[in-house]
Amino acid sequence: MTALDRARRAAGEVADPEIPVLTIADLGILRDVRVDASGHVDVDITPTYSGCPALDMIRADVASSVRAAGYADVTVNVVLSPAWTTDWMSETGRRKLREYGIAPPRPRESGMQLLQIAVACPVCGSAHTSEVAHFASTQCQALRRCTDCAEPFPHFKEH
Amino acid sequence: MIAVAADPTAVYALRLADDCFVLSHRLAQWSSRAPALEEDVALTNIALDLLGQARALYARTAELDGTGRSEDLYAFLRDERDFVNCLLVEQENGDFAVTVIRQLLFSTFQLQAWAALSQSTDASIAAVAGKAVKEVTYHLDHATQWTLRLGDGTMESHTRTQAALDQLWPYTAELFESDAVAREVVARGVAPDPERLRTAWDASIELVLREATLDHPSTSWAPTGGRRGLHTECFGYMLAEMQHLHRAHPGAQW
Repeated sequence: MTALDRARRAAGEVADPEIPVLTIADLGILRDVRVDASGHVDVDITPTYSGCPALDMIRADVASSVRAAGYADVTVNVVLSPAWTTDWMSETGRRKLREYGIAPPRPRESGMQLLQIAVACPVCGSAHTSEVAHFASTQCQALRRCTDCAEPFPHFKEH
Repeated sequence: MIAVAADPTAVYALRLADDCFVLSHRLAQWSSRAPALEEDVALTNIALDLLGQARALYARTAELDGTGRSEDLYAFLRDERDFVNCLLVEQENGDFAVTVIRQLLFSTFQLQAWAALSQSTDASIAAVAGKAVKEVTYHLDHATQWTLRLGDGTMESHTRTQAALDQLWPYTAELFESDAVAREVVARGVAPDPERLRTAWDASIELVLREATLDHPSTSWAPTGGRRGLHTECFGYMLAEMQHLHRAHPGAQW
């Protein structure tokens, strides 16, 4: 494994503090990792939402994870542009979310906007669900309810 | 007292930041007091988005004015006359209808402003705007849904929402005001001409008001001064409460 691969793995495996089943690589908020000739590591991360309170903790966790992988000199940069979108979430991330009980975001950049896929209940799989509240426990989630099994569940909303 | 930055782009960034920050604090005052749990969560979520936007813009202001000041310093150690937010965002929460109408009027403005600012020649402001435009779309949707429900709801909700609209409407004129700073940032390609945002704002608001069975206010009174640090009476009280802890315990951490 190259130095870059090791640094990238160390940064990418940091868990999201709010949804700990996801790594920051799964979420798509790890944007870039660079290692220069002197061994200095630069990590670029991007916030999901402007005021995401998890960001400071993620910064600290990334720095300590990269240090633990043997790189004492690390800088974590926060980049805002291009703005994060749920389309950057990996397939693994979407599967982990569903298993955790959160409906994953649907694809945003589809040519067929008229055919919006239903949000499936992560408990019973039914497509018969409705939104209860657009804002939920974190900025990135909405609250929905399944009209078949009656379970309420969070939905990682498309952004 | 902290002198207001001299560079027009810095002053402009500070105006944007103060708008977000002051409205964020007003919405945070609803925490644990909203009419329903979902609303408590919604209003504080919106507050958090605005706070994030404000932080990024304070950081940009500090780069532009060359002082490298911290975000906390802008938020907690400036006096009333140093804040350059518009008067609309500082208005008291009132009943839920006042908060909803304030959100409708300001989010409609912000959505158009952020959309234009995402093309700003200032790359940092453009980056903040690119994220904010997605967030404010939710804020406006929330305000629109509530305006429709309250305006076209019961006699009581209609009366209160109309009263809220009449109360806040005069403060909207300031949003489209131009001055030397605004003209300079327009010339630099940093910001859109505020006067040119008016037509789209009017059309968008008019559509919601009609659907909500609310009457367009006819007042011509148009108070102004926020951009020069002249604020309404309620603002000093808000700052006193908000800044007290930080000033009483400078540098405290927990």
